[in-house]
Amino acid sequence: MDILQLFSAVLLGLGAVLGVVGAIGILRFPDFYTRMHAAGITDTLCTGFFIGGLMLQFGMTLATVKLLLIFMFMLFTCPTSTHALAKAARKGGLKPWSKSDTGSGAQNEGRAT
Amino acid sequence: MKHMTGLLFFLALLWWVLSGYTTPLLISLGIVSVLFAAFLAYRMDVVDEESHPLHLSVKLIRYWLYLLWQIVISNIKMVKIILSPNPDIDPRIVSVQIRQSSQLGKVVLGNSVTLTPGTVTLKIEDSRIEVHALNQESAQGVEQGTFDERVPARVEDQS
Repeated sequence: MDILQLFSAVLLGLGAVLGVVGAIGILRFPDFYTRMHAAGITDTLCTGFFIGGLMLQFGMTLATVKLLLIFMFMLFTCPTSTHALAKAARKGGLKPWSKSDTGSGAQNEGRAT
Repeated sequence: MKHMTGLLFFLALLWWVLSGYTTPLLISLGIVSVLFAAFLAYRMDVVDEESHPLHLSVKLIRYWLYLLWQIVISNIKMVKIILSPNPDIDPRIVSVQIRQSSQLGKVVLGNSVTLTPGTVTLKIEDSRIEVHALNQESAQGVEQGTFDERVPARVEDQS
């Protein structure tokens, strides 16, 4: 097996694992704001691994440059949308969960979104 | 003028990278569309340091590499927190004084903070940044202001 193919497979696999971990985080975390942090994994490193793996598949072609551009656009747009979500939640009056709250209270507040 | 030349160059490069065509007809059409896009940008009066920070190019690339490294580190921390049976979650909102005075610097800082998992920028006001952090460790990272020091726009302040 080609060494580049192997590398690419490893990167794609790691990306997939990180995507699943991000999803688990979204399910496990108590409220909207903390879930946003978990989603950050899928925004950044997961995408990065996927795009890295695909770039190795394509080698030195224009497609690789395009993938790099996609990654750059992701880095610009993801934080903007995350910030917009957080700000909207804040403006809508959603109170952030804190450790002193009981589990059930956080559940209810989370549902208020 | 400098920024216009830069804009034309980047637009032309982008056009070619995205299309990959080399026939004369298509290239001439590409030139026309690049000129038209540049003309629109000129009419909208958005060709300046803010949309096109040429003066930061080299520093910006160095900053991106640093940022990517930070993203990797905080991702590993987040994966550990998510997969641990007893997750260390103690969310808090911290408000930190920042040094950025230019709009561009504030945007770069805010986006960098949001991009690293574990911290999300909630609000940027005059010279304070409000951040929602997942636990004490990630809050400390913002309070120490390592990003703030490294954002390249700080050096070349313009109002």
